[in-house]
Amino acid sequence: MFGKIIGWIDDRIPMTRVWNMHIAQYPAPKNFNFWYFFGSLAMLVLVNQILTGIWLTMNFVPSAEGAFASVEYIMRDVEYGWLLRYLHSTGASAFFIVVYMHMFRGMIYGSYQKPRELLWLFGMFIFLALMAEAFMGYLLPWGQMSFWGAQVIISLFGAIPVIGDDLTLWIRGDYVISGATLNRFFALHVIALPLVIVILVFLHIVALHEVGSNNPEGIEIKRKKGSVAEEDKPKFKFHEYYTDKKDIVDAIPFHPYYTVKDIVGVVGFLILFCWVVFFMPAMNGFFLEGPNFEAANPLKTPEHIFPVWYFTPFYAILRAIPDKLIGVAAMGASIVVLALLPWVDRGRVKSVRYRCGFHKWNIAGFVVTFVLLGWVGATPQTDLKTIISQICTVTYFMFFVLLFVYSKNEKTKPLPERLTK
Amino acid sequence: MMKKLIIGLFALSVNLLPNMVMAAGPSVPLMEANNDLTDQPSLQRGAKLFMNYCLGCHQMQYQRYERTFRDIGIPTEVGLEQLIFDGSKVGSHITNAITKDDAAKWFGAAPPDLTLIARVKSPDYIYTYLKSFYKDESRPFGVNNIVFPSVGMPHVLQELQGLPTPITEEVEEHGHTVTKVIATETDGTGELSVDEYDQAARDLTNFLEYVGEPSRLESEALGIKVIGFLIILFILAFMLKKEYWRDVH
Repeated sequence: MFGKIIGWIDDRIPMTRVWNMHIAQYPAPKNFNFWYFFGSLAMLVLVNQILTGIWLTMNFVPSAEGAFASVEYIMRDVEYGWLLRYLHSTGASAFFIVVYMHMFRGMIYGSYQKPRELLWLFGMFIFLALMAEAFMGYLLPWGQMSFWGAQVIISLFGAIPVIGDDLTLWIRGDYVISGATLNRFFALHVIALPLVIVILVFLHIVALHEVGSNNPEGIEIKRKKGSVAEEDKPKFKFHEYYTDKKDIVDAIPFHPYYTVKDIVGVVGFLILFCWVVFFMPAMNGFFLEGPNFEAANPLKTPEHIFPVWYFTPFYAILRAIPDKLIGVAAMGASIVVLALLPWVDRGRVKSVRYRCGFHKWNIAGFVVTFVLLGWVGATPQTDLKTIISQICTVTYFMFFVLLFVYSKNEKTKPLPERLTK
Repeated sequence: MMKKLIIGLFALSVNLLPNMVMAAGPSVPLMEANNDLTDQPSLQRGAKLFMNYCLGCHQMQYQRYERTFRDIGIPTEVGLEQLIFDGSKVGSHITNAITKDDAAKWFGAAPPDLTLIARVKSPDYIYTYLKSFYKDESRPFGVNNIVFPSVGMPHVLQELQGLPTPITEEVEEHGHTVTKVIATETDGTGELSVDEYDQAARDLTNFLEYVGEPSRLESEALGIKVIGFLIILFILAFMLKKEYWRDVH
């Protein structure tokens, strides 16, 4: 009976074929480590954001008069409204933590290198869409930091010559942030950008499955057809789509091996996530900023205006440069240069394990730079911090310059023939 | 090795967070409120203080009487009789009849809504604020406040605390010597002793923290169950993974 139903469906849509091709008979390298949890975790958080977002929308009032009060209505009068709201607000920060870890994984194992350039680019577009999504979502509670943060960030577009002022007017729909801005940000936040993100995630996975996953060793599991001896091939059944063109080594089917492994990652993540949601949803002012519990007041500027923590590294680059236009350009460049990583890195060896010692130090320096920028951007400016942010702005871009230079004729270690555990 | 490193880094970063936030806080050191959200008598005393001394000017426009009474253990009839002074229905929000324009005329600025004050500032801030009024004849209401200089509010708890006199200290600031108020000392005209007033300030702080996030205790009670469940699920998931992976070499 069950088989008959499956057969009936398979005659009409390629259900079993897609399941096998992309899940049950999809060859994945057998040596994924800790860093490979973050792709599936990003999907989990995306689903969390969409589901909690839908339920929040049911009680949220997208108007300058009603937004702040409706959030408090959700927090106090809606059954488990506080839980929906904290899942959503913590989910926003978790999304960036997970995505930053995911991107870092790509950097240390060279997952952006040929043939995965498009995969990396789709990822960068997801990151851009995610930043826009988070920025617009942050305006919706209509607190002081929502209002003034948006005021500062949108005014940045005003630095663009000639069209700047008209552009900011066009984005806001008003001369200042107002109910008109809130309405359009609501529309973009709940439908336009989530749609874009979901489509980009789909393309990201299509691109991934076409070229196959990289792995911590940075060597390919797909070999030239006929180059692998029969006894070296894995005993698992993989879909013909992959085995027709290539011989596959050291791979396991995604399901059940990585599905059961990802469940461990998911539950481990949920323990940390729920700990924040239930016990410290404001995360000492980092996930929910204190001033944002005060309704937006266009006549009262908060003492300090900070973006939420996930934007602060880029915000610090902006603040490091005294000239507004150059600052905005530098902030834009700091993201564009990440997208160009596949072409900045001219090396052939992917994984940090087999690259030169200098590459390890360069990556470590980049991490320190990123964290320092985040810290400087999240705290009130002092003379010392301005200098730190300027030094870090230089070292941020220096990572890419150095990589471009040394990757051309890099002294690398010999690559292993096969994946070891 | 890598896992240990990550867990260590996470723990370290969480420990650093409070210090980073402190850097953005007020320049005056805050006293510790040491209030306890599970202490219902304290919350009830705090509610009574709020309704009697604060609600005349400050609203809690997002919080309802009924919910408040239920959460802090006041029977509805008692609440209706003793804590609702303006004839409001028990299901209504905790508001007053002052218009914003009038309030601005009387105090220079409209008294802020206090529903979320404990989240905008912090319980320690409120506690310190309540204990930091001092006599200052140059101000319209004859008082000033250490943590909120030039505050536009009278010392409404003066009948309880008395009128505190300032204790000053000469400090160097940007190359000038300035006189700063560093502490206060009550003149003893209040109804309460120093310890009793501290407790009253703590009760009021406690109540304000509760109203800032009425779901706090429910959240923690549920959170323990959820995390307990997840830990068990983690062990099962880990064992399942190990079982499946036995044939991967």
